[in-house]
Amino acid sequence: MSDFPLDAAEEITISPRRSYMIITVKGLTKKFGDFIAVDNISFEVQAGEILAFLGPNGAGKTTTIKMLTTVLEPTGGTIELNGFNPLTHQDEARHSFGIVFQDASVDDELTAYENMLMHAVLYGVPRETRQERIRQLLEFVELWDRRKDFVKNFSGGMKRRLEIAKGLLHHPKILFLDEPTQGLDPQTRNHIWEYIRQMNREEKMSVFFTTHYIEEAEKSADRVVIIDHGRIIAVGTPTELKAQAGEDNLEQAFIKLTGNVIRDETVDPNQNLMRRFARR
Amino acid sequence: MEIIYILWLRQIKRYYRSKARIIGSLGQPLLFMVAFGFGFGPIYQKAGEGNYLEFLVPGVIAMSILFSAVFSGLEIIWDRQFGFLKEMLVAPVSRLKIMIGRSLGGATVAVIQGLVVLVLSFLIGFHIIDWWMLSAAVVVMFLIAFLFTLFGTAVASLMKDVQGFQLIINLLIMPLLFLSGAFFPLDSLPRAIQAPMMANPLAYGVDALRGTLVGLHQFSLAADFTILGTIIILLLVISSYLFSKIQA
Repeated sequence: MSDFPLDAAEEITISPRRSYMIITVKGLTKKFGDFIAVDNISFEVQAGEILAFLGPNGAGKTTTIKMLTTVLEPTGGTIELNGFNPLTHQDEARHSFGIVFQDASVDDELTAYENMLMHAVLYGVPRETRQERIRQLLEFVELWDRRKDFVKNFSGGMKRRLEIAKGLLHHPKILFLDEPTQGLDPQTRNHIWEYIRQMNREEKMSVFFTTHYIEEAEKSADRVVIIDHGRIIAVGTPTELKAQAGEDNLEQAFIKLTGNVIRDETVDPNQNLMRRFARR
Repeated sequence: MEIIYILWLRQIKRYYRSKARIIGSLGQPLLFMVAFGFGFGPIYQKAGEGNYLEFLVPGVIAMSILFSAVFSGLEIIWDRQFGFLKEMLVAPVSRLKIMIGRSLGGATVAVIQGLVVLVLSFLIGFHIIDWWMLSAAVVVMFLIAFLFTLFGTAVASLMKDVQGFQLIINLLIMPLLFLSGAFFPLDSLPRAIQAPMMANPLAYGVDALRGTLVGLHQFSLAADFTILGTIIILLLVISSYLFSKIQA
């Protein structure tokens, strides 16, 4: 499966302008029963880097993000986030990152402003700066005028924008984005990426993101990790990956590396089981 | 402290914004008071037990608190379904604080609900014997409410989806309710039924509520408070452990 040995790819992870690793993952594994969702993966993210974590559906991206963000316990391996082990120093690790989940994590019954305020309190954003920062971010995602509306009345795109504003509210050192721009129009996607890149530049915020829009990775990522069937199959800058695959755009390179087979949407082992039963 | 407050506030806001829930959850106790109160009242009186409404109303208040509280606890399943649970799970605060904030909010809502039922009961002829005891009754309401919110939280922490919800209501909550002495006196029942009643925390809640509102009780108030308090501490430990083990 892997035509591109990891050792070759790993050499280029050392870049002179950055000094330390903000995320270090070694031998990370997650099993659900017999199903191995993430299979002994290791990688590093440098401080200040934008890293794209790409893979077909069911490759193990979300499971990896869940383990990195302390909501899922790994079966094996170690994780270091901003120097903290998320298993033993949960709160310190949690303070270090912000996350935009693949699906909703806002409360529909609250207003946009109340959701932001809730997040600010949970993350200990100082009282004096709260209002100002919430205003700034809501203005940025163009939801300030709708701040008093209930989230349940928002469109899908508005909810995504709110999620992103929320993830950025406490100025985290690491921002995890699990398919942040899924279902958004090109204008909003562009706008969001501009802001993320700006935060990356100005605040030295490291970004770890997954996406199915490969051009986003090509445009914004310093480095790309490709995962498939729970294993890392390629690591490198977009340019390097294109060169490795002998393609002139990253999407083609991605398809060449991961193959043409269309994947099952789900990694839920129970559903796979159900399907197996159904086939009988 | 602020974390507990904001999660408390969230429960309160969700409650008063959901008018359908308020009306729906008041309909049931009102129905019980009217139907049972007027239906069984004469029989109860003929049996020489006195005024049934006096006996029934504290039980119905306890019932509405029970449902509201358990439901608040179980709301975690909905939070999981709609995603807000993740927001709480990745936050850099102890899950104990989150759970306490939520549970206090749920308990407060349940107490409000209980007080509204009390007010409604005045309309059909219920009266309190000693107004000074009302504050003690509110404390009892809070103990029942907090206890069962924690109970709901513990159960919800073990559940992945809403499929098991009906099961919980029918196999756990209804037996707790019917074996609590809310609707009929416990002391003249067969031994075999009395034993599980003694193990039912709601029985002590109903007893204390009846004691404080109308002066009828089977156990001493001190015993009721001690038992409720002990179970609350036990449930605090259990549910905070289970809640801390939730994975997304």
